[in-house]
Amino acid sequence: MSFLQFLWYAVICLLFIMFLVLDGADFGAGMASKLLAFRPAESNMIVRSISPHWDGNEVFLIAAGGSMFATMPFWYASLFSGFYILLFLVLVSLIFRGVAFEFNNVAETPKGKNAWMWVTAISSTTAPFLLGMLFTAMIQPVPMDSHGNVFVSLFNVVNPLSVLGGLAVTALCLFQGLHFFTLHANGIMRYRASSLAANLYWAAYPVEVLFAIALFFQTDFFKDHLFSTLILLVLIVFTTAWGHLSTGMRKEVQAYIANSLTIAFVVILVFVGLFPHVLIAQNPVNSLLIKNVSSSPFTLTVVTIVLCILLPILTTYFIWSYVIQWKRHDLSEFENTDKGAY
Amino acid sequence: MFDFALNVLPFARFQFAMTTIFHYFFIPMSIGIGLSVCIMETMYAITKNKIYQTMTKFWGRIFLIAFAVGVVTGIIQEFQFGMNWSQYARFMGDIFGAPLAIEALLAFFLESTFLGVWMFTWDKFKPAWHALMIWLVFLASTASAFWILTANSFMQHPVGYKLASSGHVEMTSFKALLTNEQLWYEFPHVISSCIVTGSFVVAGTSAWMIFRKQSVAFFRKSMRLGLVLGIVGCLGAVTSGDLQSGYLIKDQPMKFAASEGIYNHTENPAPWSVFQLTNTKSHKEYGKIEIPYMLSFLSYHKFSGSVAGMDEANRALHKQYDGKFGKDMDYSLNVNVLFFAFRLMAAGFGGLTFIALLGLWFSRRKKNSIVKQKWLTFILFLATFAPFVINTGGWLFTELGRNPWVVYGLLPIKDAVSPSTSTTSVIFTIVVYFLLFVTLASCMVFYAKKSLYKGPESIDKTIDYDNDDPFSKEAFNK
Repeated sequence: MSFLQFLWYAVICLLFIMFLVLDGADFGAGMASKLLAFRPAESNMIVRSISPHWDGNEVFLIAAGGSMFATMPFWYASLFSGFYILLFLVLVSLIFRGVAFEFNNVAETPKGKNAWMWVTAISSTTAPFLLGMLFTAMIQPVPMDSHGNVFVSLFNVVNPLSVLGGLAVTALCLFQGLHFFTLHANGIMRYRASSLAANLYWAAYPVEVLFAIALFFQTDFFKDHLFSTLILLVLIVFTTAWGHLSTGMRKEVQAYIANSLTIAFVVILVFVGLFPHVLIAQNPVNSLLIKNVSSSPFTLTVVTIVLCILLPILTTYFIWSYVIQWKRHDLSEFENTDKGAY
Repeated sequence: MFDFALNVLPFARFQFAMTTIFHYFFIPMSIGIGLSVCIMETMYAITKNKIYQTMTKFWGRIFLIAFAVGVVTGIIQEFQFGMNWSQYARFMGDIFGAPLAIEALLAFFLESTFLGVWMFTWDKFKPAWHALMIWLVFLASTASAFWILTANSFMQHPVGYKLASSGHVEMTSFKALLTNEQLWYEFPHVISSCIVTGSFVVAGTSAWMIFRKQSVAFFRKSMRLGLVLGIVGCLGAVTSGDLQSGYLIKDQPMKFAASEGIYNHTENPAPWSVFQLTNTKSHKEYGKIEIPYMLSFLSYHKFSGSVAGMDEANRALHKQYDGKFGKDMDYSLNVNVLFFAFRLMAAGFGGLTFIALLGLWFSRRKKNSIVKQKWLTFILFLATFAPFVINTGGWLFTELGRNPWVVYGLLPIKDAVSPSTSTTSVIFTIVVYFLLFVTLASCMVFYAKKSLYKGPESIDKTIDYDNDDPFSKEAFNK
């Protein structure tokens, strides 16, 4: 494995982390728009906290997919054609979520607005759930031929580990959304969001324990990477507890950071566990390795140069867009108004 | 090869065509409206005339709806390369991936971030700075088109690559990819047609509002802006299209001959067939209407020179590729589709230019003259839909004309499809996508229409949108 191959494996991992940390908050806020809100004004207040950002955040998923295609096309080809229906359902969720924000904004009747708000809430739940299933289905041994073609059965996609993975990612996104919202809200809604998060955290621990057990039985993580897997699992429990405590103590920034770290550790767990593979075949000789799936050294060099040029610029304006739009909203801004995005 | 009834290939191809055509309704529309919005806001920054701010916000709302549908249908494309065309992804990843990754890192982040800022910072920035944001969004969308066309141009005309021992293409020169001659014909042509599409959406729907006699002054201004941009776009599209066909005759003679419906080497000088029906089995043409000299002129810009026919091109292709791909490759193209798609583009852009000129003439500053020309405003309204048909024709022309290749001369379409994908799942997803698209398109049209009918008054009530002469008697008496 060359340095560039390793670098891009890490970059793809980082892009998925950024996607789940940033867009995870958008999914979470989408769920909260029905879970935490009773009236349209409350839903609008929650969605308003993410509406300038969700589109840019979703690009991290597109960038991750694009980078995978560019730097490890054989992984991209096997993964995307193998987990066909799962990815299709992810797409459908993302499509509904994307247009629901806009259509909710332009709808005029309360009924129409409410319908699109429900679409937002449901698609914001299914998208992270399905992505969680994908992440945990792709770390298990799958039926694969010597050309890298994956032929999954229903059980390869829907099994205890993948369902727990789906639940875990959904929960992480919900926490992320609630934490993000508390940073952008004032008054009763801010209080309600952190109370809900503080209560829901109790459910996170059993999911994490069950997840670790399923990981033991359904993957080779403990066999291949015993030490790093254990450390990461401990870190995940630790940051979950940190997030829980901070939420209870109303330390909103800390809670947001803690949960972001939890998300990062979960994604790192997946990528470290797979390493040096990208897909594990039931017949081990067919497994895909990083060194075999990647593009030519020349292409890797080109995209690395492009990344080095663009990354500083991208990071700068991305952070700038968050900083200039940071504002705590009051519920009163959203009462008795039909004001949309403008 | 085709001995079992439900081969996955035709379904995967149908799905690609369906999702791409749908996506390609909204992308040109949002790029084009985006440019109109940029100009409106720049006008506001320069003149400080409030009506331009209202225009920006009004058309910005329509732009956002189109943009949202464009973005979400674009993700389907990125996933589809892996899902249905995994062999293609493996073969092309080394080339295709780079432009795609750059598109995401350079263009997508830029456009979505600044769009997010633009939408919510009307009061935060001075008009000029605020206008800069939407210009950045427009530039990013244009850059995005550039990068995806870089990949598409490679598929039409592969350059800067070598065949690796594994049988896949490997990039040898990134510069060759960017200086691909095909790209520099295709990119201006596509951007011009994007401008045409968005401009005619602005102009045509404005004309409809004038037809309804609602906020006439406001929509007259919008319509004129749309028409001027539309003419610029049409001229760009025709010029770049003409240059491109001159290139095509050398690069893909088969596609060119098919678009002209000629099987045999033409006489010198060559006549141009305006209309004909072609029987692709017997190689005979029916109902031909010809203009003498015209094909020589279109091909070489002079009144002499003959053009090679499809039979000749077919022999050349067999000679070139039989060694590698065997004698069974079928190089014949869908002549009738290509023939009419080409004429649709030519006639479409010409016709649009003509009605745009008429619209500009009748809407010149002479009180309410355009309101009286109901026939014209109605035709202009119908012209809203024309660019969508033309774009689809153009896409079919380019991509069907590449048959039987995915990557010209390197990878036949039949070898590109995913081996692990079942026909059932492709049919299932086609059905769901179709229902989804119908829903999205109807919602989009429904809400765009609502926004339109609400009129500019829904944004700012302090301006009189029916009278654009501030010194007129009516305005004075108010």
